[in-house]
Amino acid sequence: MKPEEIAALLKEKFGAGIPESKLDGHLPFSAVEPGSIVEVCRFLHDDPRLMMDHLELLGGVDWKDRIEVVYIVYSMTHRHRYSLKCRLPRQEPKIHTVESIWRVANWHEREAYDMFGIVFEGHSDLRRILCPDDWVGYPLRKDYKYPTQYRDMPV
Amino acid sequence: MEVDIAGDLMTLNMGPQHPSTHGVLRLELKTDGEVVHEAIPHIGYLHRCFEKHAENVDYPGVIPFTDRMDYVASMNNNLGYALTVEKLMGIQVNNRVRCIRIIMAELNRIASHLLAAGTYGIDMGSYTPFLHCFRDREKILDLFEETCGARLLYNYNWVGGLMYDIPTGFEDKVVDFLDYFEPQVDNLNRLLSYNYIFIKRTANVGIVPPDVAVSYGMTGPNLRGSGVKWDVRKDEPYLGYEEFDFDVPVGLGDHGPVGSCFDRYIVRIKEVKESCKIVRQAVKKLTPGDVHESLPKRVKPPAGEVYMRTECPRGELGYYIVSDGSLKPYRVKVKSPCFTAMSAFTEISRGAMISDIVAIVGSIDIVLGEIDR
Repeated sequence: MKPEEIAALLKEKFGAGIPESKLDGHLPFSAVEPGSIVEVCRFLHDDPRLMMDHLELLGGVDWKDRIEVVYIVYSMTHRHRYSLKCRLPRQEPKIHTVESIWRVANWHEREAYDMFGIVFEGHSDLRRILCPDDWVGYPLRKDYKYPTQYRDMPV
Repeated sequence: MEVDIAGDLMTLNMGPQHPSTHGVLRLELKTDGEVVHEAIPHIGYLHRCFEKHAENVDYPGVIPFTDRMDYVASMNNNLGYALTVEKLMGIQVNNRVRCIRIIMAELNRIASHLLAAGTYGIDMGSYTPFLHCFRDREKILDLFEETCGARLLYNYNWVGGLMYDIPTGFEDKVVDFLDYFEPQVDNLNRLLSYNYIFIKRTANVGIVPPDVAVSYGMTGPNLRGSGVKWDVRKDEPYLGYEEFDFDVPVGLGDHGPVGSCFDRYIVRIKEVKESCKIVRQAVKKLTPGDVHESLPKRVKPPAGEVYMRTECPRGELGYYIVSDGSLKPYRVKVKSPCFTAMSAFTEISRGAMISDIVAIVGSIDIVLGEIDR
């Protein structure tokens, strides 16, 4: 399926849940309202026309005025790729987990939480994954201050 | 009278300094005697925040950092990054660059699989195959050293070209190496792969059904070991892989259920032979040309974003790069194949014996430098 068709399908199914789609560029995507992310992902995964069974990438991007969560999904059956983006406020970014749809999302979401402080509601095990448990701050945010000390040790 | 014989679970920490975890990985095992009820991987001991580094250097400056992710397959890591930035900038490389890249990537794949097979032999209690594998791997590293001066971290694939052209007579040396090496694979099979004890240790252990493998985003030999015929080089070709004639080996379940540790291992050995085929064809396709022809003066991609994945020895390595039109990348996100494979570990290892944990860790062939980045 071509990206235009996928975008049209999503728009038809979810209407206001898909505020815009941008199809030029290397990575065609649809913006998704954070509230409908689980239904949209479930639809992408289950619909026989789409069958996006492979979550290739889930990550955050800090745009200084907002935080974006990017989902790149791929269908190994139909061999098409599409991406979704959710815009979250920088203060307390929150979105529901998609762990129940692709199990690999568990670790990807933990990484996004660790690096950007995005809270995935309903996640079974939301802990830091790469940084130590007592790490302060979210390293990949653009305004991250490099620590001068770690547990009283200068770094 | 009923007696409750279920005792308490004992927590056993395996690692971070344990020879069979292939790096600094800690596995928290909840054991009941010899049986592991739950194995929880703790990663991050090697975390260097590659992605933050990448935001603070210019585009070509990221390449040495990519070397240090999967440090036993650096050529492939460089290649993925270079191709992604080239896609963003719309750079086309000439045939010579393309063929040399393929030769290097496939030789590095052979070297990486040799390391995987050799160390897996050690994990399973057999030391000699390791020495044989490393002897042959050294020969590949010699070839790399001759080309770019480095034996482990190459920084060879640049955005738009290569660091150096290959030295005179390199093609002949590669062909000589392949002539010598291909029979060695059969030796390795005799020595290790079809050894009765080795099969008994691996063929009924760590079974990953295909649907679980896909749901956990396992890729590369781990996915193919589960019987899914999927290879980015075949199914979404880049760099002109579609012109090459090679097979995609999958796990067949010769000695047990499909998707066992043995299947994942044997897929790698079969892939080595396919890589040899590709290298031979690429050497034939080499044409004269300038490897610096399309090197940009300044790497300054237009604003935009791109995602591209390549088939690395350990699976699909994806780069997601966001550019804001400046000289530094705004965001580089790496989709690491080992990271996703490791996320399935708790599921795979449930109910296994402690000694089987070693077999499972070795069979998914992780490199902690890439998991932790």
